[in-house]
Amino acid sequence: MKLESKVPEGPLAEKWTKHKFNLKLVNPANKRKYEIIVVGTGLAGASAAASLAELGYNVKAFCFQDSPRRAHSIAAQGGINAAKNYQNDGDSVYRLFYDTIKGGDYRSREGNVYRLAEVSVNIIDQCVAQGVPFAREYGGLLANRSFGGAQVSRTFYARGQTGQQLLLGAYSALNRQIANGKVKMHTRTEMLDVVVVDGKTRGIITRDLVTGKIESHSGHAVLLCTGGYGNVFYLSTNAKGSNVTAAWRAHKKGALFGNPCFTQIHPTCIPVSGDHQSKLTLMSESLRNDGRVWVPKTAHKGLKAKEAASIPEGDRDYFLERKYPSFGNLVPRDVASRNAKMMCDEGRGVGATGLAVFLDFSDAIKRDGKDLISAKYGNLFDMYKQITGDDPYQMPMMIFPAVHYTMGGLWVDYNLMTNVPGLYALGEANFTDHGANRLGASALMQGLADGYFVIPYTIGDYLANIGWNDKVGTDHPAFKEAIDKVNDRVTKLLSIKGKKTVDEFHRELGLTMWEYCGMSRNEEGLKTAKKKIQELREEFWKNVDVVGSANELNMELEKAGRVADFMELGELMVDDALNRSESCGGHFREESQTPEGEALRKDDEFSFVSAWEYKGDNQPEELHKEELRFENVKLTQRSYK
Amino acid sequence: MKITLKVWRQKSRTAKGEFKTYQADHVSSDMSFLEMLDVLNTSLIKKGEEPIHFDHDCREGICGMCSLYINGHPHGPLQTTTCQLHMRSFHDGQTITVEPWRAKAFPIIKDLVVDRSAFDRIQQAGGYVSVSTGGVPDANEIAIPKKIADEAFDSAACIGCGACVAACKNASAMLFVSAKVSQLALLPQGHAERKERVEKMVAQMDAEDFGACTNTRACEAECPKAISVTNIARMNREYFSAVFSSYEVTVGGGD
Ligand code: SF4
Ligand code: FES
Repeated sequence: MKLESKVPEGPLAEKWTKHKFNLKLVNPANKRKYEIIVVGTGLAGASAAASLAELGYNVKAFCFQDSPRRAHSIAAQGGINAAKNYQNDGDSVYRLFYDTIKGGDYRSREGNVYRLAEVSVNIIDQCVAQGVPFAREYGGLLANRSFGGAQVSRTFYARGQTGQQLLLGAYSALNRQIANGKVKMHTRTEMLDVVVVDGKTRGIITRDLVTGKIESHSGHAVLLCTGGYGNVFYLSTNAKGSNVTAAWRAHKKGALFGNPCFTQIHPTCIPVSGDHQSKLTLMSESLRNDGRVWVPKTAHKGLKAKEAASIPEGDRDYFLERKYPSFGNLVPRDVASRNAKMMCDEGRGVGATGLAVFLDFSDAIKRDGKDLISAKYGNLFDMYKQITGDDPYQMPMMIFPAVHYTMGGLWVDYNLMTNVPGLYALGEANFTDHGANRLGASALMQGLADGYFVIPYTIGDYLANIGWNDKVGTDHPAFKEAIDKVNDRVTKLLSIKGKKTVDEFHRELGLTMWEYCGMSRNEEGLKTAKKKIQELREEFWKNVDVVGSANELNMELEKAGRVADFMELGELMVDDALNRSESCGGHFREESQTPEGEALRKDDEFSFVSAWEYKGDNQPEELHKEELRFENVKLTQRSYK
Repeated sequence: MKITLKVWRQKSRTAKGEFKTYQADHVSSDMSFLEMLDVLNTSLIKKGEEPIHFDHDCREGICGMCSLYINGHPHGPLQTTTCQLHMRSFHDGQTITVEPWRAKAFPIIKDLVVDRSAFDRIQQAGGYVSVSTGGVPDANEIAIPKKIADEAFDSAACIGCGACVAACKNASAMLFVSAKVSQLALLPQGHAERKERVEKMVAQMDAEDFGACTNTRACEAECPKAISVTNIARMNREYFSAVFSSYEVTVGGGD
């Protein structure tokens, strides 16, 4: 299979403009003859659904939550990047492009990343027009901050709740179109399959989570805006419901999965407190602007936060400041995470589990005063205290890395279309813009770029080419067949009646993934993981216990289906990690490091996107490679020393 | 800790519900309230019983999905979301009663899960600025005093959980509705439509069977995001100046 990225030729800065001109348009009067299905209502989904409906298309939108406003984009804290250069500090579209491609460790496409930087400025305009209350200066203009290691202040924010405010903006645009009758919204509905007929995407199969009814929906195109798959690790900062099922079903219907092993580990999360732990909570990385990260120079087993003050200054190791003098505590996420893990592996971790490092604000409070610190981080400090019982104004926070975001996802071309015609993937669900590591404040940017400013153009080209007549109704046998398959799977899950709960399987899978396919990986470990996952999967289908029935609200059944998919995905992630025997971006391959123990990328061998093709149950997947060409940036090894 | 739980169980919208008592013997004070229920649910499944259904998603206090009425308070004893409530807020041997939100406009779906789609319909009636994608002015062309922007943010922080309704003896949705009306009334972007917006949203709120506001302020006291009743006063002002101003607005107000 030849992978066509469809990135247009020509100078970087003109690619998107030229491409937009070359795309076919759908006649305004004909738009209403098309039906588009949008799955997921986070930033990407809500913005796409609203924008497409505004253009005149008929949209059917789906979310598994009780309201589109609950999608997990809502939880993003820090901010959204845009190359506005409002601060006159040297930012530009090109610089944002450069920082993003470099931050992604040169594993993304130049053309896509440049476009992302280009439309970033429109996003801010759009959100402000919707009434998103971004932070402002006293003069009434928008405020910015520098975020996640950026050398310029280009991050727009709304206190520590930027994702919430952006999502509510997109939700309001979506609501307007629901009221107009252009979007038909289906809440508490989960997508369980994609229907492909004659090589084109024709619709989806869903389950109504309240009644259990399995239904078909047909459309001219399907957009998967279903987020990432971080919950394969069981513990992550994702919402409990976040899952890979829609993307995975699409994968099994032929859509290639890109770079599945690229996951992002976020350095500043609240550490695990016990076996009951159900999720991890992120503390915004903006905290690293003022907090100093340290552990004691010698191991102090079980050191509590309230005892931190007893460690004299000279016995503290501010390891990030020591190892990376020019970036200090603001090194990128992967570097910060890996170093925290190294300290803990050396036995110098703190807290009851020894799996934590301190993030200390005492110097910042001394320097700026408590009021200023509280104005910046008040809500985060409160949240931390609420969860841990410790007061960060009095003692350091304890933090540890946790899975936060997945850069991998469905493979898409420049038009955001997967290799299955008519099937698109937007936002975190696709693999495109972040390469091997996502920069802070870039996820919100990408979700909204895809939904507001890319898909409204690119989808027209496909739709105009197929024509509105080219549609298959839900009475087609392919829909019936897909419904039967979904029903069979539900029946099967309910009939096993084994001894272990779904959560027990999920937790076991998560531990294996974290241990062998997390921050640091090696061949032997990955091989062990593969075997363990296969065994676990086999056991699952013999020994899982799903109580309740199919035709009612049954959250165990929902979870069971999602965990079954996570297990298959987990194995593919391990395969991908095995294949990519280089260190790059967010993940460290132990066999590939510099003499100083830093990550060593291997550009000669691995400058490609891995795109995996499903080959049938229990068959090894086939790897396709999309070579990455760099015409504008020179590949350098990242150094934050 | 050992905890006794009295939990509302109801098989479906139309089934009759009842309280059931459960014993939770190995509760750690570091557990969140929902994690305590997770552990209880695992033990129920092991006994072949159906787990207690409750809504939740982000578990970090921002999505607004969690919604338990605990010992007579929405989201429990603290002014936070259920998912951010930890067992250290309870004591060993305590009996905890857990109910769903109770309001005519929020019918029960199962156990502790309720249907809050009425909130979405109110937002659909006018909780937006009518701008389409593209063709908007540069973000810095609209200067907004910092104080006003901050105030608008305070209103915009509502997570749509419905605790205000559950807290109110009249099951009024005024706090929720006024938060959105205020946000957009404060900001210049919302001015063009402020008359239509408030009239339509209030009409939809009334159509959804929410009760009237009698100024008891229980909503404010229980709101996990500290949405202030000032918003209600602002909405009343908006409403009266809207209905008495020049032209008439056709309001929908229905399903
Ligand atoms: S006003 Fe407060 S209590 Fe009511 S829905 Fe909003 S956040 Fe929840
Ligand atoms: S689960 Fe999201 S606010 Fe509680």
